[in-house]
Amino acid sequence: MNLQFLKLAVLGIAVGGALAIGVYTFVYAKGYSYLSNDPGNCANCHIMNEQFDGWQKGSHKNVATCNDCHTPHDTVGKYMTKASNGFWHSYYFTTNTFHEPIQLTERSRQITEESCRHCHQNMVDAITVSLDKKHTDEVSCLRCHRSVGHLH
Amino acid sequence: MENEENTVSKKAPAKSRLYGGKVVVSVAFLAFAAAILGLGLLTNILERKNEAKNPFFRVVELTDDTTDPEVWGKNFPLQYDGYKKTVDQVRTRFGGSEAVHKTPKDSDPRSMVAQSRLEEDPRLKTMWDGYAFAVDFREERGHAFMLEDQMFTERQNVVKQPGSCINCHASAYAAYKKLGGGDIVAGFQALNKLPYFEAKKEISHPVACIDCHDSQTMALRITRPAFMDGIKAYKASQGIQNYDVNRDATRQEMRSYVCGQCHVEYYFKGADKQLTYPWEKGLKVENIMAYYDEVKHKDWSHKQTGAEVLKAQHPEFEMFNQGIHSRAGVSCADCHMPYKREGAMKISDHHVRSPLLNISQSCQTCHSTSEAELKFRAEAIQERTFNMRNIAMDALVQLIDDLRKAKERGATDEDLAAARDFQRKAQFYLDFVEAENSMGFHAPAEAVRILGESVNFTRQGQLSLKNGKTLLATAAAH
Repeated sequence: MNLQFLKLAVLGIAVGGALAIGVYTFVYAKGYSYLSNDPGNCANCHIMNEQFDGWQKGSHKNVATCNDCHTPHDTVGKYMTKASNGFWHSYYFTTNTFHEPIQLTERSRQITEESCRHCHQNMVDAITVSLDKKHTDEVSCLRCHRSVGHLH
Repeated sequence: MENEENTVSKKAPAKSRLYGGKVVVSVAFLAFAAAILGLGLLTNILERKNEAKNPFFRVVELTDDTTDPEVWGKNFPLQYDGYKKTVDQVRTRFGGSEAVHKTPKDSDPRSMVAQSRLEEDPRLKTMWDGYAFAVDFREERGHAFMLEDQMFTERQNVVKQPGSCINCHASAYAAYKKLGGGDIVAGFQALNKLPYFEAKKEISHPVACIDCHDSQTMALRITRPAFMDGIKAYKASQGIQNYDVNRDATRQEMRSYVCGQCHVEYYFKGADKQLTYPWEKGLKVENIMAYYDEVKHKDWSHKQTGAEVLKAQHPEFEMFNQGIHSRAGVSCADCHMPYKREGAMKISDHHVRSPLLNISQSCQTCHSTSEAELKFRAEAIQERTFNMRNIAMDALVQLIDDLRKAKERGATDEDLAAARDFQRKAQFYLDFVEAENSMGFHAPAEAVRILGESVNFTRQGQLSLKNGKTLLATAAAH
């Protein structure tokens, strides 16, 4: 009986302690804020200060937040991407192993490209040469309009 | 059967208790590990948050008289660390400095210097024949060496250099203030007049913090009167009157102007050897040439041909102003002192050097392509310029040779006047690209254009000799 109680007590303390540290860290690091749309949160880790500053002075500030360009426009895709980006960003930031200046991954670049088209499709219909991905990539929006959202 | 059932029912609880114990232990262990990891992460986040809090700590009070960079470095250790790294000697394909061993002498205690450009390319000796640069001319080293390389160059043994040299080879701001009794313009004029080694006594550091920064606000400022006057004259040529650089320049412009205080074409005006930037008519090579022709300035008379020639210094600022990067609003500091991150701080890299040694920070901030591609592009531009420079230099050596032969054959000054003037032009144009530190990269099309013009001048010079000879021959026949 005593041994059983001891075991449960240790388990309880360990699980409870881990939970408590986990929850505290989550709250302290404003983990919940990453679920929102506020661009200020993307600069929480101060790697993206320049991008955030650039966006604040950019033409897109009035119409688009970070998520509008950097996550897909469907709910599932959006949160999947946020979860994946969130994990890898924290991983690289914590371990200090990222390229400087920070660079878009190929996947992020495609998402951003699709986001441009999401809002501007009517405008660019006429200049889209082909629906074949291979060809549309050649007239990438970002190639010429890279600094629209933020410089760098 | 009963027995068997009993043993099973007896054993089963024991097994599950044991099994349950293992689960408890492993879950507890995992929870324990998770808690440790969680604490580790928490500590990391704590540290990272602290990084972002204080951009700098004021540990010493700086004044307008604090000249020692080490003192500034106490408040700005990261910038100071970079500044100290300018001792590095690294070659790039077409520039940079390579550490070359040298036996120290009493007159020159340096045990390490940069490679000799004269040995690399003896045509330079022909081009500068009769001038101190034909005696000793080495690749420029980093800012840290500006003072000793100036003091111990063998040119010092050939000519008496004026105090004006100090303007760009040392931290001169304090000396200006002292000599001018607080008035830096008066101090500047006084320093120029002194003989070099007299002026040298007034200074103690190579270029330092105070030469570019205001001690109270850290804002960039211009401390060199020669640049203030030069840029004022240049702005006037553009229709902007009374330009005061410290009042009117934008922050981004200052990130080029502070470099332009020294990395320019210049000459020493009059008997007082006043350091002057020849920008009254503009910054392009023909504007500067026209200015020199108007004030009838010559640096020396060429030993072989007697032409009154000019040595272009290092017109990086002028050349950069003709290039696409300048046009796009990029400053010198953007590429040579790119922003870098230290913890949460964004600082300018004070390890001033070739962007080719730091492509990711210097180029990739704006150009989203691979480092290999960017290096290839830069070197392709440099190689083109280098090939064109060689053509222009071969041509110039031929003109000098033709002129020398014509002189030996007894041609008069009048016969040679046109050819000598073409030599003056051809050499200054070629030198403008040759002496400029980027092998054409600062303004690729402009560099090649200037070299093309240079070749044209040499060929016209050779033609004028040929025509003159024909005329002389015809006159004799009559």
